[in-house]
Amino acid sequence: MTLAVDNLRVYYRTLKGDVQALDGVTFTVADGEIMGLAGESGCGKTTLGKSLIRLDGRMQHMEGTVSLDGVDLPIGDDSAMNDFRFRKVSIVPQYAMSALNPIRKIGRMISELLDSRGVSYDATRPELSRRLALVGLDDGVLERYPIELSGGQKQRVVMVLSTLLNPSLLIADELTSALDVATQKAVAEMLVEFRDRAFVKSTIVITHDLSILYQIADSILVMYAGKLVEKGPAAQLTDDPLHPYTKLLIGSLPEVGVRVSEKRLKGIAGRPPSLLDPPSGCRFRDRCPLAFAKCAEEPPFVEIAPGRFAACWKAEAA
Amino acid sequence: MLELRDVTKVFTTGTFGGTAVTAVSGVSFDIQPGEIVSLIGESGSGKTTVGRMILRLTPVTDGAIAFGGRDVSSFGRRELRDYYGRVQGVFQDPFSSYNPVFKVDRVFEMVRRAYLPGLTGTEWSQRRQRALEDVGLEPRDILGKFPHQLSGGQLQRLLIARALILDIEILVADEIISMLDASTRIDVLNILADLKERGLGVLFVTHDLALGNYISDRVVILQRGRIVEMGPTPKVFSNPVHPYTRMLLACVPQLTSKWEATPRNFDEAAAPMTLQPVDDDHYVER
Repeated sequence: MTLAVDNLRVYYRTLKGDVQALDGVTFTVADGEIMGLAGESGCGKTTLGKSLIRLDGRMQHMEGTVSLDGVDLPIGDDSAMNDFRFRKVSIVPQYAMSALNPIRKIGRMISELLDSRGVSYDATRPELSRRLALVGLDDGVLERYPIELSGGQKQRVVMVLSTLLNPSLLIADELTSALDVATQKAVAEMLVEFRDRAFVKSTIVITHDLSILYQIADSILVMYAGKLVEKGPAAQLTDDPLHPYTKLLIGSLPEVGVRVSEKRLKGIAGRPPSLLDPPSGCRFRDRCPLAFAKCAEEPPFVEIAPGRFAACWKAEAA
Repeated sequence: MLELRDVTKVFTTGTFGGTAVTAVSGVSFDIQPGEIVSLIGESGSGKTTVGRMILRLTPVTDGAIAFGGRDVSSFGRRELRDYYGRVQGVFQDPFSSYNPVFKVDRVFEMVRRAYLPGLTGTEWSQRRQRALEDVGLEPRDILGKFPHQLSGGQLQRLLIARALILDIEILVADEIISMLDASTRIDVLNILADLKERGLGVLFVTHDLALGNYISDRVVILQRGRIVEMGPTPKVFSNPVHPYTRMLLACVPQLTSKWEATPRNFDEAAAPMTLQPVDDDHYVER
């Protein structure tokens, strides 16, 4: 088991009180697994991704543990985490395209970064060239500034860079969202290839796009308002979702071939609750068509069928 | 209604205008009342530039855009105001379309001051009420709020309502749902479908073929500033003729089928050709 997260709680401190962005999540990611993390904006998916590598100043680790390859990650301790970052845990941040230092040539930037971790650039150079070639870039990019590359090229540079030390865990946050369909496909397939070549052991792909996850992920974890909603193997979860939220989310996606004149799709009415003072019980209750009296009590996140987890009183195996 | 004839846009860059980039090249199509036309292309295909030229935010280099038979670029101050009373745009990022310092009501007040100064207070509030209801917003939830208090979907619908307060005939919708969550996306699309039933013509600019297919009557596929294929949506989607259209369709992630293994294709070059008819109203470049 590569990554085990147990009852993790991370709150944002604000002047109005604590925003309970991540409220008790428990899951595991196996060796070689690509896990998709899906949900609407503000559901806590980015917070979860960031918690595993670096808590920023506003984020506070309230409770819970994270272990990677059997070693506890000191996620609440910023300086102790330094030993793990880049070597063990690596992230491709949201807006990776603007993550590159604009006033450094790509090669020099990579060299400085490796230097800061005590790794020799010259020794890594052949492997770097090999991996750049793998994603369709030649060594020339090392002599260029980020502004000279296209969005997709920068995305690929960041991918290669963040996996250069073969981390155990890669977190890819909205990696494909800003890209065109063709580039999106190429970059998504790259994630699979990096896993297949063992450049990374396990990957968490954070996105709001379930259809991308269906293409590349082994399992999918759906979040809503800081809580886990459903987890299962990718194909099973999209074919036969257990939780009403997942069902509605999938129902609102237009597939190629569906037209408004033939089949009118519906969105999900209402909006997610404020996490400053979240409601008790099931957090999806107000928007859920199946809600009943018992939903005032919080449903546990339990295994409904083998490998399929859901937090809903009404979820049952088909 | 709105007609583009051989519209071309050349941008010059460099200190002395040294390099010329042709963003849009010889684009011709039209939008009729009660019709949604999707303009589909990847980034850099010139789709946004086409929308901006229609809204006269960017001048055309060559060719003409005509509204009701009259060349848009010839409009003077008064005619232009009249034009904006009938043709409006909504853009991609709802969060940066508002001034964060003011309440959202201000976007309506500015429309009133500029275009409808003659209305009485009651007429105005009725009109505003109706426009908000048309986009499925409850005025109580919206008015008097600041932009940061509303969700992206609400802000985007509000911008459509702002355009509807005027009796517009054409709406240019540039990537209006790409920044919204999946659960609210479809509601905004359905609003466009409702407005179309009432006779509004919409230019729906997008890079997402699934969305373009869901909503539109006709599609125009743009590659590097040139139209490579266009025609009625069902025909183009059931029988894509141009390799670029096929490639785009094959890359759309779906929940029902996995991607086919195709050679990795980060960049593609195209040789210029001309549009030829496949059948009576379906054209492809070859």
